[in-house]
Amino acid sequence: MNLLAANDLNLWRGELHVLRGLSFGVDSGRCLQITGINGSGKSTLLRALAGLLPLESGTISWRGHDTRRDPHAFHGELAWLGHGTGLKGDLSAHENLRYSAGLRRDFGTADIDAVLASVGFPHSDGRLARQMSAGQQRRVALARVLLLDCALWLLDEPTSNLDAQGQHMFGQILSTHLELGGAAVVATHWPLALAPTRIEALELQ
Amino acid sequence: MNSASPKSVSAHRAGWLLAQRDLRLGLRRPGEWLQPLVFFVVVTTLFPLATDPQMSRLRDIAPGALWVAALLSSLLALELLFREDGQDGSLEQLAVSGLPLSWLLLAKTAVHWLLTGLPLVLVAPLVATALGAPLAAIPSVMGSLLLGSIALSLIGAVGAALTLGLRRGGVLLALLVLPLAVPVLIFGARATALAIALEPIAAPMDLLGAIAVLAATLAPLAAAAAVRISLEE
Repeated sequence: MNLLAANDLNLWRGELHVLRGLSFGVDSGRCLQITGINGSGKSTLLRALAGLLPLESGTISWRGHDTRRDPHAFHGELAWLGHGTGLKGDLSAHENLRYSAGLRRDFGTADIDAVLASVGFPHSDGRLARQMSAGQQRRVALARVLLLDCALWLLDEPTSNLDAQGQHMFGQILSTHLELGGAAVVATHWPLALAPTRIEALELQ
Repeated sequence: MNSASPKSVSAHRAGWLLAQRDLRLGLRRPGEWLQPLVFFVVVTTLFPLATDPQMSRLRDIAPGALWVAALLSSLLALELLFREDGQDGSLEQLAVSGLPLSWLLLAKTAVHWLLTGLPLVLVAPLVATALGAPLAAIPSVMGSLLLGSIALSLIGAVGAALTLGLRRGGVLLALLVLPLAVPVLIFGARATALAIALEPIAAPMDLLGAIAVLAATLAPLAAAAAVRISLEE
């Protein structure tokens, strides 16, 4: 049984039939990479998977249970990163993580330092989020994904604004997540630095 | 199934943390929540200037002036409640956190009231005195504003959640919230009028309290549903 399974998804955005009978499954330790031209529905698909968009028809199941029937159990194991980083401009990286990931998981200051180090963000950096560059904000947002310690990652363009070294860092944290038995669905144009056996590709038309 | 991971945080604590975050953000930019307060003070002090400055006349218009200003000030403040969280993706994070969204929104609304509603109650003695209310009426005026502002923040939260996805939602927000806020206005102004006349205010206060309790029960649920709809945009 697939960890995450989508069956015959259909979704309209206004007059546009964006998802047409889409089916796929993602197993533990695997990453589904969604590609496609701009406007092909990558974000729509991810938002629908996360439960932010209602489906016209079709089912999404997590560990065999329909995610629409039991959203709380599904969301409890979901780390979501959309276009918005969800960071507050007037809080530092540390405060942002404590107040966003801290709503869901219990961890200490040392854990925050550790994840900031693994995303290549200097943890002594006390600047407010609005003073950071877009790439640095992305890194902090990825640090939140790590802190949430969830089985499923749904990431929409996680590496936008990241430099080459940042792309590499993302490949590393993603492969660690997969090695630990996690699953991920990632929409990105960039080739993912993962072992080919871990990746499955899905191109949206 | 490890949906309840050992490191999970209780919903209660999550709401508390979110409230702490909003309070900290609010204190870092006092300009935002001071604006509705200044608006309230300026509007109410304009009345003595624009009308006959006889104390007896002022006393007649005081309840209306006080409550219309409080209502408009709370409308002005609603823009601060969810807008930024909606734009930066924080609200999305809350919606898929697996925590009860209505509870989280109640925590946010409580802090919002603390920063924009409570200050109105605290300056009420000053404003009411300027409008000719006798000293003995001040505690009752403050009490009515306390209940009324709580109700207004909660009712407003539903409107703010509904207009989240709109770029210029300000006018629509006012049109949505004002009809719902009319009972608060009526009973609040009535309580204030009775207080200024030094008569018992129990009846309108009971009704104000009932509205506040009803709003506290239903508004978070409605706001959560509205936020989910707004996030579908």
